[in-house]
Amino acid sequence: MTTAPAIHLDVTNTDPVPLSRLLRVEFRKSYDTRAGFWLLFSIGVITLIAEVITLIVAITQDLDNVSLGTFTAVAAVVTSFLLPVLAIMLVTTEWTQRSAMVTFSLESRRSRVVWSKLLVAFVLSLASVVFAIVVGVVCNAIFAAAGGTTEWWNQDVRDGVIGFVISQSLGMLVGFAFAALFLNTAAAIVVYFAFSFIVPTLFEVGTAVFGEHSWFADLRKWIDFNTAQNKLFELSTMSGADWAHLVVSSLIWVGIPLVFGLRRILRAEVK
Amino acid sequence: MIKVEGLTRKYGSFTAVDDVSFTCQPGRVTGFLGPNGAGKTTTMRVMVGLTPATKGQVTIGGLRYHDIPNPGRHVGVLLDASAQHGGRTGREVLTIGAMTMGLPDSRVDEMLDLVSLTASEAKRRLRHYSLGMKQRLGIAHALLGDPQVLILDEPANGLDPAGIRWMRGLLKSYADRGGTVLLSSHLLHEVEQIADEMILIGRGKIVAQGDRASLLAGAGPAQTLVTSLDNEVLSTALKEAGHVVESAGQGLCVHAPAVEVGRAALSAQVVLTDLRDGGAGLEDLFLQLTADTQRETPPDLAAPTPGGTIA
Repeated sequence: MTTAPAIHLDVTNTDPVPLSRLLRVEFRKSYDTRAGFWLLFSIGVITLIAEVITLIVAITQDLDNVSLGTFTAVAAVVTSFLLPVLAIMLVTTEWTQRSAMVTFSLESRRSRVVWSKLLVAFVLSLASVVFAIVVGVVCNAIFAAAGGTTEWWNQDVRDGVIGFVISQSLGMLVGFAFAALFLNTAAAIVVYFAFSFIVPTLFEVGTAVFGEHSWFADLRKWIDFNTAQNKLFELSTMSGADWAHLVVSSLIWVGIPLVFGLRRILRAEVK
Repeated sequence: MIKVEGLTRKYGSFTAVDDVSFTCQPGRVTGFLGPNGAGKTTTMRVMVGLTPATKGQVTIGGLRYHDIPNPGRHVGVLLDASAQHGGRTGREVLTIGAMTMGLPDSRVDEMLDLVSLTASEAKRRLRHYSLGMKQRLGIAHALLGDPQVLILDEPANGLDPAGIRWMRGLLKSYADRGGTVLLSSHLLHEVEQIADEMILIGRGKIVAQGDRASLLAGAGPAQTLVTSLDNEVLSTALKEAGHVVESAGQGLCVHAPAVEVGRAALSAQVVLTDLRDGGAGLEDLFLQLTADTQRETPPDLAAPTPGGTIA
């Protein structure tokens, strides 16, 4: 065979793919599939159903301790369940549907793709907070119009908004971390829900067995992510110790799986 | 343009690609041939950085794939047409690609036209695509960024005969415009008509490479198939000239180049009705060279002769 003359690609006029473009692409990927679309759609519909039920109960029972926070909290609970699933799917579908091969061929700096996905997940977390507050405002207005006695704002902004944003983001991050670790939608979702329901139960059982003031109860404060996270809804009253518990338990449940997951994504052979 | 140097990829004790070196030139179509599991896909995956090499390296136009900015604009890749999200429409798959590369939406329509996917087909989700449609979409995706290099793994897989002919024309004209094409196949006939250069790989090793003529030159002694109005007279004439003659179907198989057979027929004044090369074709050569790497070795196939092996 003939030997090739040295032929070079002229890349001087080609800019690398900017992060802004990757962000737009990853955002689009979150809703352009049937599964993604229906998940977003379900989050909306389930939230509305839950709000309607809440409204009916509040109006018919003529509840008197209703506020904007009542309705926002309902939307918060629903979105906090499904937001992590959205974050999981952002990551895992690339593997289960094998589109990672194309994604990483078009942007071989894999870490930038992962960062884009993480940023998109944060944007969606923020959007879920905005959505919950807007839905809360509308429902509260309906409740007031229906003759209910309601308060518009009876809590500290730090609790109702900042704590909410942090809590939603942390929930999303747990999903994202499990997704990166397992790279499989079903496994990540199962483990995520096991984490949300079984782990807290185990902590309760442990505390019951060993007692309220045992070594276990002391240890639990540092590793029980759910309890540490719940304090965020009273963020204005959180102590330094509360924050320390939150940070340490986040590092355990988010940090560790995320580090191992990222290592895997960045190094794995993409099949 | 594509330069593979001493590439080795091991999975534990299994060596998928074993010290492979070759180059692909611009303006030429290079066919990458080998049986299933020979290491074609692994080699191509290393090229685009999806699989790390154990040893050796691949450069494209002098650059490692990771160092090519916005690689989709320079290297068109199709490794697996099914490796796309089944819930996306064909158009959406291309739109995502175009967005990543920073191309206008109009490019998506151009590519859909190029691969003859209709507007209604483009609206369907990939899950409902046939393999042939996925291949067309994959080729469209590879060509989106108007790259100078194309790396296609089994692109003809699933295409119907008309589709294969269409793809040949497409790749030929792409190479004629100066593009570099590397395409793999486990089917020789898909490749031999368009490949200017062929690389034969078996069990992770390159067993032969070169253009069609140089490959055939190494395929063993010449044989000619001949049929005439009087085979007996011709047979006698050929034997007198010192050639080995066997009967083959309605004609004869002669262990001599066609020119010798023609000459003998002329002097014996026998009218020929058919005269063609009966030597080991590329197909035989291909099977022969990769025989020990095949999963199923045909029982009647001789082991590769050292004389038939060319490097």
